Amino acid sequence: MAQPLPALSRRRLLRGLLAAAAVTALPSAGALARAADPLTRELPGTGEALPRVGLGSWITFNVGDDPVLLEECTAVMAAFFAAGGRLIDSSPMYGSSQATIGHALERLEAVDRVYAADKVWTSSPAEGPAQIEASRRAWGVPRFDLLQVHNLLGWEGHLETLQAMKAAGEVRHLGITTSHGRRHEELERIMRRAPLDSVQLTYNIVDREAESRLLPLARERGIGVIANRPFQRKRLIRRLAGKPLPPWAAEIGATTWAQFILKFIISHPAITCAIPATTRVDHVRENLAAAREPLPDDAMRRRMADHVRGL
Amino acid sequence: MVGGAWWSYRPGDLLMFSPRVYARLFELHNQALWPAPLLALVLGAVVLVFLLRPGPRRTRLVVALLAVAWAFVAWAFLWQRYAPIHWGIAYLVRLFGLQALLLAALGSLRGGLRLPGHWNVRRGLGIGLFAYALALHPLAALATGRGLAGAEVIGLTPDPLAIATLGVAAMAEPAPRAWALMVVPALWCLLSALTLFLLDAPGAWLPLLAIAAALAARLWPAPKAPR
Repeated sequence: MAQPLPALSRRRLLRGLLAAAAVTALPSAGALARAADPLTRELPGTGEALPRVGLGSWITFNVGDDPVLLEECTAVMAAFFAAGGRLIDSSPMYGSSQATIGHALERLEAVDRVYAADKVWTSSPAEGPAQIEASRRAWGVPRFDLLQVHNLLGWEGHLETLQAMKAAGEVRHLGITTSHGRRHEELERIMRRAPLDSVQLTYNIVDREAESRLLPLARERGIGVIANRPFQRKRLIRRLAGKPLPPWAAEIGATTWAQFILKFIISHPAITCAIPATTRVDHVRENLAAAREPLPDDAMRRRMADHVRGL
Repeated sequence: MVGGAWWSYRPGDLLMFSPRVYARLFELHNQALWPAPLLALVLGAVVLVFLLRPGPRRTRLVVALLAVAWAFVAWAFLWQRYAPIHWGIAYLVRLFGLQALLLAALGSLRGGLRLPGHWNVRRGLGIGLFAYALALHPLAALATGRGLAGAEVIGLTPDPLAIATLGVAAMAEPAPRAWALMVVPALWCLLSALTLFLLDAPGAWLPLLAIAAALAARLWPAPKAPR
């Protein structure tokens, strides 16, 4: 351990200052003029029109109290709002991600702009309200727009809590989540009997199990669907990296594999929005740009899935 | 813990942070404590001298210093830095506290722990582990691309502390107490190796190698008592 500390610190500090400068140079999110708003879709039965690409926070926003990384995340959220994004999703399971979002919302004065989606994640329904309140304080929002039962954990008790909160106006919408294709049969049973505004599940161009039953059921029951793991946490993008986009991708306005995948997801009629996570400003802009016309029709969606399967 | 069907998760699904965030933990820790890393290295060197020339008072001092280090790392690194990005660390803080208490108890007893003064395989492996944790493990940061700013220093971060403690326990007597001292460090080394493996970091096998060396030392036939 010796002298190199200050030199490397300067480099890190410079990177942080640049990120901070990028954030500082931006007006507050509410004052941002946008060139073109992303396409929206209504969360069924709520009147809430949500941009069809949101922002996830698993891993990417779990940066602790690192001032450099906090400012980089703030820059990502600034770009997200500037591109017309609204829904940000987090969970008490995601380490410091909630606090990171709260930090950025305060810095950007964007509390009024965000559609705040969080989760309750504890096996004890009795602990749910206290956890939700701690999450709300971390975000710095007056109330959550959407609260979801994370991974079906203790879902019966938590749904009772969330329904009571919704009736009291303490949360606007409620839902339930799963990921990685787990417990779809149980999720289906819950969707049939519980009054849900949304479900969150894994859906992308290769993970399409939800297409057979859950997505049709969501349409039938008027439940919104938030698609998580759109890129299989980078794995799908890495798999496709280096392979050229098919020339016909231009027909749907996709200029990158990320946009190709996102357009596939959000063009499904049951999907309300996808929530890719990123630490990069250029990627968040690229993701939001996918939520624009043209989107693929059914025939094109089949062609896209066949193409990726064949690579 | 993660919701139902937790057994269906792959280890990689439970990795909560990026390699960059993990590397920054050590950089920020060293920056915040500077020049404590230098002081820790000096104290570590003193302990190494005591291990090479042991005596009852020196042994108690070594054990007491290790107890302080476990308590400090539990609070300053695990609780202050690591727990905010990984909810599972809160449980490990208690184990580190237990390890500190165990060391403090052994250090406060006369003859609570004895260190050998004669060279043999067990002692060689034990001192080798301690010397590695003190002098070479910080340099592993160079292989990861972190640079020395992100070096993991004995007494301030858990990996070199666990490896150093394994080294001391590997050569200490009586055996039951030495085995007890190895449990928490070995558990930490397992978790650290898993984390480094999931982060795709070079040197993920180093903590496992430390456990293997400590076990080999402990299981090596006991040397005959000097006449």
